[in-house]
Amino acid sequence: MEETIVETNFKSEEYFINMGPQHPATHGVLRLLLTIDGEIIKKVEPDLGYIHRSIEKMCERDSYQQIVHLTDRMDYLSSNINNEAVCLAVENALQLEVPDRVKVIRTIIGELTRISSHCLWWGVMGMDVGALTTYFYGFRDREMINDIFEETCGARLTMNYNVPGGLMFDIHPNFIKRVKDFIVHFKTKIPEYDRLLTGNVIFHKRTKGVGVLTKEDAISFGASGPVGRASGYSCDVRKHRPYSALDKVTFNEAIKTDGDTFARYEVRIQEMWESLSIIEQLIDNIPEGEYRVATNAVIKLPKGEFYQRVETARGELGVYIISTGTKNPYRLKFRSPGFSNLSLLNHIAVGGKIGDLVATMATLDLVIPDIDR
Amino acid sequence: MSYFSDIFEGIKTLLTGMSVTGKYFLNSRKGTITQQYPDNRETLKMFDRFRGEVIMPHDEENRHRCTGCQKCEIACPNGTIEIIWDRGIDEDTGKKKKKIDQFVYHLSMCTMCGLCIDVCPTDAIEWGQNFENSVYDRTALTRVLNKPGSKLMPGVED
Repeated sequence: MEETIVETNFKSEEYFINMGPQHPATHGVLRLLLTIDGEIIKKVEPDLGYIHRSIEKMCERDSYQQIVHLTDRMDYLSSNINNEAVCLAVENALQLEVPDRVKVIRTIIGELTRISSHCLWWGVMGMDVGALTTYFYGFRDREMINDIFEETCGARLTMNYNVPGGLMFDIHPNFIKRVKDFIVHFKTKIPEYDRLLTGNVIFHKRTKGVGVLTKEDAISFGASGPVGRASGYSCDVRKHRPYSALDKVTFNEAIKTDGDTFARYEVRIQEMWESLSIIEQLIDNIPEGEYRVATNAVIKLPKGEFYQRVETARGELGVYIISTGTKNPYRLKFRSPGFSNLSLLNHIAVGGKIGDLVATMATLDLVIPDIDR
Repeated sequence: MSYFSDIFEGIKTLLTGMSVTGKYFLNSRKGTITQQYPDNRETLKMFDRFRGEVIMPHDEENRHRCTGCQKCEIACPNGTIEIIWDRGIDEDTGKKKKKIDQFVYHLSMCTMCGLCIDVCPTDAIEWGQNFENSVYDRTALTRVLNKPGSKLMPGVED
């Protein structure tokens, strides 16, 4: 008798809920269609398109100088690296050699962008697993980097500092001093991050063994950046295909083999140290020289196909230009890291709890405009 | 036994974390980065290169440096700048010369990319520091940058 009551009133059944597009843990307008049984996830299906602005199509309309500012709006947390990718692609196509000064400044600002992005990620990661404190600490240190950017190029987030042929203007006289101050400041702050969150038992319980991604799956899903490296897949473009001044510096590629959420966390913390060391090696010897090579007012790429890869804070960004020799690209495709990293969410989240899904998504570090473009 | 050691471990890491926050709680005045905006509006100084809005500086005789070459209009990715021009008579030579009638700037469409200022051959436009752009009617964001009755500065050629 009792059994029938339980069966009729509490029978196990799969049902469907929406997560997003306005859910705070999806960091933007990502909608996840969850099929769940109780709290166990059976299926995750991302629904995209809420912030699609057809950037790739707009690129076909714009000149090569104008394309650069659109890439700010893709992965806005690594905007300078995106700008650099387009500029490098155009410069390679034109076979234009930029001065060493430009290369070094681009690398320094790129690494600062990476630290800034990881600071924000660290704060938000803590917030997603229930520790609001980290959010303020992450943003405090990010503020210093934003000030450096604002002083040098006038904008804090959508910088548009690179142009094909170099930089829009020279660095601010205070730039070197401010960056050195930041290095000193931030070296005392990463241990603080570790004390606050990395060593916390609650955080370990939420992240260790959650969302495990094997190396084979990481490769087959096209994972890149910290997500791939946490699974033991050596995929750092800075190491394998150095661009700008990255061939002049020595740094270690942060690799972990566990592949779980905590490993992805550790890789990003390690990357902040590596980025600091890259900046330290370059900041004292910025070569003198021109900050810009003059290009034609109307840039026309030779006929052909050009590809450039860079490592953004999220992974590998590819810029693929098909040119027919006119002033606009015939087709321009961005291979964005967020899109590939999102594709493996269903694979690693199935079988876990809803709370684990939030922790997993936090370490995938999704930026939705990068995925939708 | 792991039950008790887990509890102690939990408390230990909790206290480690709280030592960080406690330190800042006791030294809350040091290293404050928050700004008391808008109370500090009098003293707030933006960086020199801050991209607030595009402005056209005029000298005391109401003269600007824009020749109406329209390079900024072509460089702008989304039609933020519109130059309405006509041909005036040059006072020195008596020949017909292009001059701007209205330099229309749609601030509501501007992405602050800086390409217009980058290409300007005569430095006629530059960045302004104002960032408080909220208005009740969006038509107020469409501005004519050259002042009424303004003229081209002598000696400025593109």
